Amino acid sequence: MSVSSIPSAQEIVRFAPEIALSLGGTFVMLGEAGLKNGSRARLAVMAFLTLLAAAVLAVFVAADPGTAFSNLLVVDGFSTFFRVLVCAAGMLVVLISTNYLRVEGHDSGEYYALILFSVAGQCLMAASNELIMLFIGLECSSIASYVLAGYLRDDRRNNEAALKYFLLGSFASAFFLYGVAWLWGALGTTNLSEVRRLLLDPSAGVDATMTAAAAALLLVGLAFKVSAAPFQMWAPDVYQGAPAPVAAFLSVGPKAAAFAMFLRILMTAFVPARGQWEPVLWTVALATMVIGNFAALHQTNVKRLLAYSSIAHAGYILVALTAMSDTGAAAAMFYLAAYTFMNIGAFAVVTYVAGRGERHVELMDFSGLSRRSPAMAAVLSIFLLSLTGVPLTAGFFGKFYIFKAALDADLVWLAVLGLLNSAVAAYYYLRIIVMMYMHEPSAGAGALPSPGVGIRWALAASVAGTFVLGVAPSLVLDFATASAPLLR
Amino acid sequence: MDVLLFLIFAAIAVGCALNLVLQTHPISSALSLIGVMGSLAVLYLLLGGEFLAAVQLIVYAGAIMVLFVFVIMLLNAGGEKKPSKKVLRTAVALPLLFTLAGVAAYVLASQAPRTETVKFGAYVAGPYEVGKALFTTWLLPFEVTSILILIAILGAVVLARKEI
Repeated sequence: MSVSSIPSAQEIVRFAPEIALSLGGTFVMLGEAGLKNGSRARLAVMAFLTLLAAAVLAVFVAADPGTAFSNLLVVDGFSTFFRVLVCAAGMLVVLISTNYLRVEGHDSGEYYALILFSVAGQCLMAASNELIMLFIGLECSSIASYVLAGYLRDDRRNNEAALKYFLLGSFASAFFLYGVAWLWGALGTTNLSEVRRLLLDPSAGVDATMTAAAAALLLVGLAFKVSAAPFQMWAPDVYQGAPAPVAAFLSVGPKAAAFAMFLRILMTAFVPARGQWEPVLWTVALATMVIGNFAALHQTNVKRLLAYSSIAHAGYILVALTAMSDTGAAAAMFYLAAYTFMNIGAFAVVTYVAGRGERHVELMDFSGLSRRSPAMAAVLSIFLLSLTGVPLTAGFFGKFYIFKAALDADLVWLAVLGLLNSAVAAYYYLRIIVMMYMHEPSAGAGALPSPGVGIRWALAASVAGTFVLGVAPSLVLDFATASAPLLR
Repeated sequence: MDVLLFLIFAAIAVGCALNLVLQTHPISSALSLIGVMGSLAVLYLLLGGEFLAAVQLIVYAGAIMVLFVFVIMLLNAGGEKKPSKKVLRTAVALPLLFTLAGVAAYVLASQAPRTETVKFGAYVAGPYEVGKALFTTWLLPFEVTSILILIAILGAVVLARKEI
C-alpha cells in the first residue's frame, strides 16, 4: 500500500506541454462561445501563442529528462524533438488557416480548438512509452483530425473526406488496439521497455507466435496512420476532399507523430526481433514508394498529386526505419523535420491559389503562375525542388541521410530502388514548375488577390526552414543523432 | 462446467456478431449487438471479473445500446437496400475467406504452447482492485481520456449544429 497515488510535481512538469495545449484548446473553445463576433480573430492568435508556449515548455522540460506517471511517459531528446516538431507544424497550419477560413465564411474558434487538441494528442504520442498511452494519444489526434477533415460541413467534398477518413481510421485504430491486447496476452505488459526486456531474456519464455501476431496487428494500425502501402488508399481521397489547410495539417502533424510512435515501438520494443521485422518493412517501404510515385505521375488535381507525393515520402522514411539502426532513426527524424517545412509550404501555396471554394486546384490552374504571381511561383518552385531532393534544399540532405543509413545497414537494393523512385518523382514535381514558367496563363485567369499576413509568414518560415536545413543540416541532425540512441 | 459455459457463451457472442453484420435492418443489428455485449459480460464473470461484468452490462448493454436504439428510431432508419448479388465475387471471396481463417487457425493452434491454460475465476478484479489500478498506475490515461471525450463532444457539436 506504499504506492502514492498523488503524482509528484516533477511528473506533472514533464507533462506540461500537453497540459498547456489542452488548457489552450479549452479556452479557445469557451472563447468561441463567449466572445462577440468582432473579437473572434483573437482566437487564432491565442491558438498560435498556445502552440508557441507548448513548444517552449517542451524545450524547457527537456532540461530534466526522465520518466513520469509510472513509466507511462518519458521525456527525452526524442520526445522533445517530436513535441517541438508537431507544435511547429500546428503553428504553420494556424497561420495558413486564418485567411482561408475567413474567405470561406467559417472563421470560428472550434477549428483552432480542434487543432490544439489534435496537437496535444500528437505530443502525447511522441512522449509515451507505453502502448495504452500511445493509443489514447493517437485517438486524441485522430478524432480531432476526422472532424477537421469535414470542417466545411456544407461542402460535399469535405463530407466525403471526413466519412472515409473516420470509417477507415477507426478500423485501423481497432487493429492497433487489438494488437495491444494480444501483446498484453503474450507478455503481460504493454510497457515498451518491458517488452524489450522480455524479448531479450531467453528465460522469460516468450511465446514467439503470439508476439508476432501482436506485432503484425500493431503494424497494420501504424501503416494506416503513416499511409503506407497497402493501407494508403484513404490518403488521396481525404487530402483531396479536406480543406486545403487541413490537408496540409494531416500530411505533417498526425503523420510525424505516427512516425514517432512507429520509431518508438520499433526501436524500443522490437529491436530484438529485427530478423522478423526487416523483410516486412522492406516490402512495405518499397511498395509505398512505388505506389506513391507512379500514381502521382498521372494526377491532374494538385491536392491529389501532393497526397500521392506524401505517400511516396512516407515510403522514403520507411526505408530509414527498415535499417532499424540509430543512424536510421536519426535520418527519419531529420527527414520529418525537412518534410514538415517543405510540404506545409507547398500546401500553403495551393491554399492561396485555390481561392474561394477551392475552385482552382487543377494542374491547369497553375499554368503561367509566374506571370500572375511571380513570388508565389518562386516559393512553390523552391518547395517542389526540395521535395525532389535538389542540393541546397532540406530535401536533399533528408534523402541523403536516409539512403546512407540504408547502405550502412546493408540494404543496398532498397537504397538503389529508392533512388530510382526519387528520379521518377522528379518528373511530376518538375511538371508543375514547367507549367508555372513555360505555359501561358489560361484564358479568364485574373490577377490573384494579395496574400494574407498569415500565409506570408508561413511561407517565409517554410522557405527559411527549407534553406536552413539544406545549408546547415547539422543544426537538426546533431540533435537527432544524439537523441536516437535514447530510444533503447 | 466453466469450459462448457465458456464455449456456449463464446459461440453466442460470435453468432450475434455475425448476425449483426448480416442483418439489413439497423434495429436487428442493434439487438444482436446487445447479445454480443451480454455474452461478453458472462465471459468476464467466468474469469472472475465481477465488477467488469456488471459494468459491461450496465454501461454497454444498458446505457449505450439504449442510445443506439433511440438514434436509430429518431432517424427512422429503414432496412438497407440489398445490392444486387455479385455471384462471381462471392464465389471467389468465400473460399479465400475460409482459407485465410483456416491458415490462421492452423498456425495458431500448431505453434501456440499448451503448457498453460486460462484459469477460470483466477483473476481478482473487484471494484477495489479496479479503482486502485485506475487511480495509481493508470492515472494518466484515465485523466487524458476525459480530454478525448471532450474532443469527441466538440467534434459532434461542430458537425451537428445548425449554422457555423
